[in-house]
Amino acid sequence: MSKVYETVIGLEVHVELATKTKIFCGCSTAFGGAPNTHTCPVCTGMPGSLPVLNKEVVNKAIAVGLATNCTITQNCKFDRKNYFYPDNPQNYQISQLYYPICRDGKVEICVDGKKKFVGIHEIHMEEDAGKLIHDPYTDSSLVDFNRSGVPLIEIVSEPDMRSAEEVIAYLDKLRTTIQYLGASDCKLNEGSMRADVNLSIREVGATEFGTRTEMKNLNSFKAIARAIENERERQIDLLEAGQEVVQETRRWDDTKEYSYAMRSKEDAQDYRYFPDPDLVPIIISDAWLEEIRNNQPEFREEKMTRYQEEFGLPEYDAEILTGTKKLADIFEETVALGANPKKVSNWLMVETMRLLKEKEMDADDIQFSAANLAKLIQLADSQAINSSVAKEVFEVIFEKDIDPDQYVEEKGLKTVNDEGELRATVEKVIAENPQSVEDYRNGKEKAIGFLVGQTMKAMKGKANPGMVNQILKELL
Amino acid sequence: MDFSLTAVELGKKIKNKEISVVEATKAYLDSLEEKEKDIKAFVTIDREGALKRAEEVQALIDEGKLTGPLAGVPVGIKDNMCVDGMLTTCSSKILSNFKPTFTATAVQKLEEAGAVIIGKTNMDEFAMGSTSETSYYGATKNPWDLDRVPGGSSGGSAAAVAAEEVPYALGSDTGGSIRQPAGFCGVTGIKPTYGRVSRYGLIAYGSSLDQIGPLAKDVTDCATILEIICGKDEKDSTSVKESGDDFTAALVDDVKGMKIGIPKDYFGAGLDPEVKEGVMAAAKVLEEKGAIVEEFDLSLVEYAIPAYYIIASAEASSNLERFDGVKYGYRTEEFSDLHNMYKKTRSEGFGPEVKRRIMLGSFVLSSGYFDAYYMKALRTKALIKQAFDKAFEKYDVILGPVAPTTALKIGESLSDPIKMYLGDVYTVSVNLAGLPGICLPCGTDSKGLPIGLQLLGKHFDEKSIIRAAYAYEQTRSYERPAFATGKEA
Repeated sequence: MSKVYETVIGLEVHVELATKTKIFCGCSTAFGGAPNTHTCPVCTGMPGSLPVLNKEVVNKAIAVGLATNCTITQNCKFDRKNYFYPDNPQNYQISQLYYPICRDGKVEICVDGKKKFVGIHEIHMEEDAGKLIHDPYTDSSLVDFNRSGVPLIEIVSEPDMRSAEEVIAYLDKLRTTIQYLGASDCKLNEGSMRADVNLSIREVGATEFGTRTEMKNLNSFKAIARAIENERERQIDLLEAGQEVVQETRRWDDTKEYSYAMRSKEDAQDYRYFPDPDLVPIIISDAWLEEIRNNQPEFREEKMTRYQEEFGLPEYDAEILTGTKKLADIFEETVALGANPKKVSNWLMVETMRLLKEKEMDADDIQFSAANLAKLIQLADSQAINSSVAKEVFEVIFEKDIDPDQYVEEKGLKTVNDEGELRATVEKVIAENPQSVEDYRNGKEKAIGFLVGQTMKAMKGKANPGMVNQILKELL
Repeated sequence: MDFSLTAVELGKKIKNKEISVVEATKAYLDSLEEKEKDIKAFVTIDREGALKRAEEVQALIDEGKLTGPLAGVPVGIKDNMCVDGMLTTCSSKILSNFKPTFTATAVQKLEEAGAVIIGKTNMDEFAMGSTSETSYYGATKNPWDLDRVPGGSSGGSAAAVAAEEVPYALGSDTGGSIRQPAGFCGVTGIKPTYGRVSRYGLIAYGSSLDQIGPLAKDVTDCATILEIICGKDEKDSTSVKESGDDFTAALVDDVKGMKIGIPKDYFGAGLDPEVKEGVMAAAKVLEEKGAIVEEFDLSLVEYAIPAYYIIASAEASSNLERFDGVKYGYRTEEFSDLHNMYKKTRSEGFGPEVKRRIMLGSFVLSSGYFDAYYMKALRTKALIKQAFDKAFEKYDVILGPVAPTTALKIGESLSDPIKMYLGDVYTVSVNLAGLPGICLPCGTDSKGLPIGLQLLGKHFDEKSIIRAAYAYEQTRSYERPAFATGKEA
C-alpha cells in the first residue's frame, strides 16, 4: 500500500521596487546604461560613504504591506547581513532581520473555484547587489555596480501552499496587486520579480513538516510549476527509497528540467546580522500610514466587479481585462474616450491577445494608445471601414501606434459604399466566373461565398460586404 | 613667524594683512618638515597643494569673499577623513594607495571657511589604539618627550598641534581618541555630542560612537572650529539639527553657580596620584571661581570598557569588510582563487591590533553568542546613558581625569593590549552615552608631562563644558613643550 503525500510550499519573493533612485543614494535605477555609470561612492561601498534612506522605498513597501493585509511595523530598523562576495561592495547587505517593515499578512487565492488564504510571514526592505561578468579572454571577473543599491522587498509567505497551481495563483495575485500599486513591473524574465520555492513533503494527515529544500533560479511561471513537480517527485523517491531529504539550496536548470544542490545547511554562512548603526530607526506615524491607505488604487477584485456593474461586461471579460494593470488602463482610457465598452473589450481580448501571443509579448509591452484604438472603433462603427480592413489597421496600430484616420485616408482603405461602382464590379465577377454562377443557380449556396470573395479581391477588400452580398443575390 | 599663535590669532593677523596666507603656509611647511624628522605626526604632507591653495584663499580674502575667523589658517586632517584626491590611508597598509573621490563634510566645511590643508596626520591603524603606535607608517612621538607616545588614536593631530607643526587639526573620537591624546600632548580637544558633526567621509571604525572634533591650543580655537564643522548633513542620517551651536558665545569667564559633579568612581585604584592631584586642583580653581563642586557616585564605570570593546569591535568587524582587495586599496600579489585573495589581502593588509578587533567583533556577532555579548553590551550602553542622564539632572558639568596616567613610554602598552584598553576607562563611557567631552591641560606631573582635565556635558550642551573650560583656562597660561620652543627659528 503506497503512502499518500502532501506537498508543503512556502515562497520567498523578491520584488524590485520602481523608484527613480536607489534605496540609499541618489543614483538612477534605470535599467541598462554602460557599466558603473549609475554609481556613486555610496552604492560602490567607498570608504567614508554613508547610506541615507530613500523615503519612497518605505512608501512603496508600506503600500504593498497594506494591500496584502499586513501589520506595519511603525518603528522598524535596518540590519546588516555580512558576507563576502565581489558583487556586494561593502561585503554586507543592508536588509531587515529583527524589525521587518510588514508582518502577518495574507492574500486570497482561487484555484479551480476553491478559495483559500496564503499567509504572509513578513515583508522586508533590502538593497540589490551588483552584477558579476566573467571575461573569458582575460580570465577575470568584472563588476558592474549599476544594480547595486536598487531597492528590493522580500515577501516571505507562510508554508501554506499545497500545489504548483496554488503557487502560481499566489504569485499572480502578488504580481497584479503590486503592478496595480505601481510599486514594480514584476517581470520574472527580467528579474524584477524573483521567486525562491521552499518545498517539503509529508504524509497526508501528518502534523510535522518534512525537511525542506530551497529552489532558486526560477525565471517563469512555467519553470516554477515544472520545478515544483520535479522536486516533489525527487523528495518522494528519496523517502520511498528509505533515504532522507537533505536541507539544502538547489538550483533549477529549466532546459534540462533538473535541479542540483548548491549548498547544504552545514555550509550555511553565519551572516552575523546586527542593527546597522549608520541608519536611524524608521518611525512610521499613523498619519503617514493613513496617507498611504487613502492613496491605494482600485485593485483587481474591485475593478472586476465594477466592470460588470458599470459596463455590463461578462465576468469572463472583466477577469481577462483586469489580469494586468496595463490592459485595464487601456480599457478604461478607451472607454473614457467614448468607445463602446463591449467593443473595446473585444478588441483587447481577441485581437490584442492574439497578437501578444503571436509576438511572445506581455501585456506590459503594449505600445499603442487608447486614443488610436478609440478612433479605430469609431471608424468601424461608422462603417467607414469594414471589419477585415479594421483588423488590418489594428495590426498596424499594435505595431506602430499610428493614427487610423490618417492611415485609412492615405492608404485609401475606406469602404466603397457606392452602389454603381459595386454593381459594375459584381457584374464583371459574374461574367468571369460562369461555373460558380452555374453552381449557385443549381442550388449550391456556398458558391456565393466564392463570388463575394472575388468581388472583395477585385476591390482590394474595401467593398462593403453587406452591399456586395445584396447586389450578388439580386443579379443572380 | 610666531608659531605660538593660536589658530584664531593667526586668522586675525591674516585678516589684518600682517601676514599673507602663503607666508604663513610656507613658514609652517618649512618648520614642519624639520620637526617631522623627530615627531612623525604626518602620513602625507601636501606642500604643493597647500601652497597653491594658499594663493587661492588669499585671493578670496582679498576679494572679501572669505571673512571667517580661520580663513587662510593651515590645518592638519586625521588620515581617516576623506579629502578628494589626497592619499587617505587610515595609517593602514590596506589603504596605502587609496585616494578618495570626495571630501568629508567636516573637512569641506573647513575648506569653505578658508582652511589650507597641510596634510594628513598619523593615527593608530583604523583608529584602533590609544598610543598611535599601531600605524603602518610608524609611531608618532610625543613632543614633550620623544620617548613617549602622544596618545591615540588621534596622536598625529595632537602631536602636530603641540609641536606647532599646525595651529590646529581635526581628529576623531570613538572611545577617547581626541581627548586622551589632547591630554597626553597638553593641547585642547573636543569630542562633540554624537550627531553634532557629520560623519560623512570619516572612514568608520565604530559607527555608533565615532565623532569628528577639533584639536587646538586653546578653548577659543576649539569652539571656533566646532562652530564651523557642526550641523545636520543630508548625507549622514545620524547627524542632527540642534540648537546651542553658537559655541563661541560660551567663551565667558563666569562659572558662578555652575554645578559641577566629580564622580568618585573616577578617582579610585589605578589613577596616578599626580594626575589625581592635578585634576582636583583644577576642580578647586573652578570652585574658587564660584562653581558648586561636589562628589557623587556615577556607578557602572567598570562595565564601560567591556561594553565599549564589544560594540566598537562588532561594528568595526563589519565596517572593515569592504577592504577586500577587490575595488581599491592593497591587493595581495599572488593568489589562487577569490577566497585565497580575500584571505591573503586582509592578512597582509591589516596590522595585529586591527585583526584582533575584527576577530573579537566577528565572534561577538556570531550566532549563538550575539545575545550573550552584543545585545548585553547594548543593554549596558543604555544603562550607562541612564546613569549619566541621572547625574545630569543634578549637575551641569562632570569633571574628571582624561586618563589614569600621563603619556606612557613607547612600547609600554603595545605588548599588553589589556593594559592599553584599561587606559580608556574615563573616556569610553562618554562615547557609549553619546555625550560631549572636552579635554584641556591642567598642569604637568613631576616628569614634566601634561595632565589632562576632562569635562563632560549633557547631550548637545557643549556650551556648558566650553564655558567651564574657558573659565579654568583663564587662570593659567598655555605651556609649550621644549621641543616646540627649541625648534623656533
